[in-house]
Amino acid sequence: MVKTSNERPQRESMDRRAAVVRLVATRRDGLIVTGLGSPSYDVYAAGDDDRNYYLWGAMGGAALVGLGLALAQPDRRVMVITGDGEQLMAMGSLATIAVAAPLGLDLFILDNEHYGETGMQISHTKRGVDLAAVAAASGFASTAVFQTLTELETFLASDGACAQAGPRLYVLKIATDSPPRALPPRDAVHIKNRFRANLGFSPN
Amino acid sequence: MSETIDPNDRWPHEVYERLKSAGVRHVSYVPDAGHSTLIEAAIGDPTVTTTMLTTEEEGVAIATGAWLGGMRSVLLMQSSGVGNCINMLSLPVQTRTPLLMLVTMRGEWGEFNPWQVPMGQATEASLKAIGVQVVRPDTEADISAAAAQGALMAYEADQQVAVLIGQKLLGKKTW
Repeated sequence: MVKTSNERPQRESMDRRAAVVRLVATRRDGLIVTGLGSPSYDVYAAGDDDRNYYLWGAMGGAALVGLGLALAQPDRRVMVITGDGEQLMAMGSLATIAVAAPLGLDLFILDNEHYGETGMQISHTKRGVDLAAVAAASGFASTAVFQTLTELETFLASDGACAQAGPRLYVLKIATDSPPRALPPRDAVHIKNRFRANLGFSPN
Repeated sequence: MSETIDPNDRWPHEVYERLKSAGVRHVSYVPDAGHSTLIEAAIGDPTVTTTMLTTEEEGVAIATGAWLGGMRSVLLMQSSGVGNCINMLSLPVQTRTPLLMLVTMRGEWGEFNPWQVPMGQATEASLKAIGVQVVRPDTEADISAAAAQGALMAYEADQQVAVLIGQKLLGKKTW
């Protein structure tokens, strides 16, 4: 018998595709890493770009790929866009990232409080786990939870010159609907070589 | 706790020089007695960035991201950590991204702690099963050469390589 009494009541949320369009529009020179599943589809739907690195697996790895990239490219902004389930699988990564303290790394958690890829089972965030609070307690430089598109837009508008103030983690509460899938390339070597070529590195 | 390993043993210093020569500029680690000299060398080197991990698979993803950004990373761990890494290793294997892991072995030679035995015995088979190249130096003198050729196969030939440093070479843990 699963207890459900600790589920959070439904609160305001935003459309995931509309939110991601706004995030990507403010990337500046940003490099983007996406977590497997819907975050990869959302970022691809917002516009394919050689500076996007889409994950199709390696659950729990998105923020850490972002950390490695931010350490290697300290002058660039690195945005990780992933889901609540993907980030929950790597709670410890928030401690690792906070201690490593990469200034250019921003994590955006698209939090629908469910596992969308596997049939919309509820996640720990639905039962009260607050990833922004975990990040803040771990030592992130800035964290917040945005409930509405207006809150997100207000933040993004005021954030114009705030890159290199990380690590930062922002939770975007998104609706549970699943927009039509927009599938980025699954050829992992192609995506790697394309991404590296954009930074001036040739394949071996 | 104390170790019979002499911290002045030559191999960690030789390995570190080989890694530097191979262009390694980043080291990830979970604290480990067998790697303590190597970890201290990296932390004390202003030209190398170090990242302390909460669990070993974090280092696999970090190394993949570092390579995307043009930086060579090496991952240090004990054999018990290999089991933590298996699914995350699909990332460098599938993306054909260079990965060099240096693994100190437990559970295979003079082990007093039976809890180290299952993963120690499964380490090499697990790595091979997910597609990682395994290198086992036979003598202490071979460790640095194994690290150097592992680095070459990783960073120049896009392989995922684990150098397993045997418990026989490291000495017995004493308390």
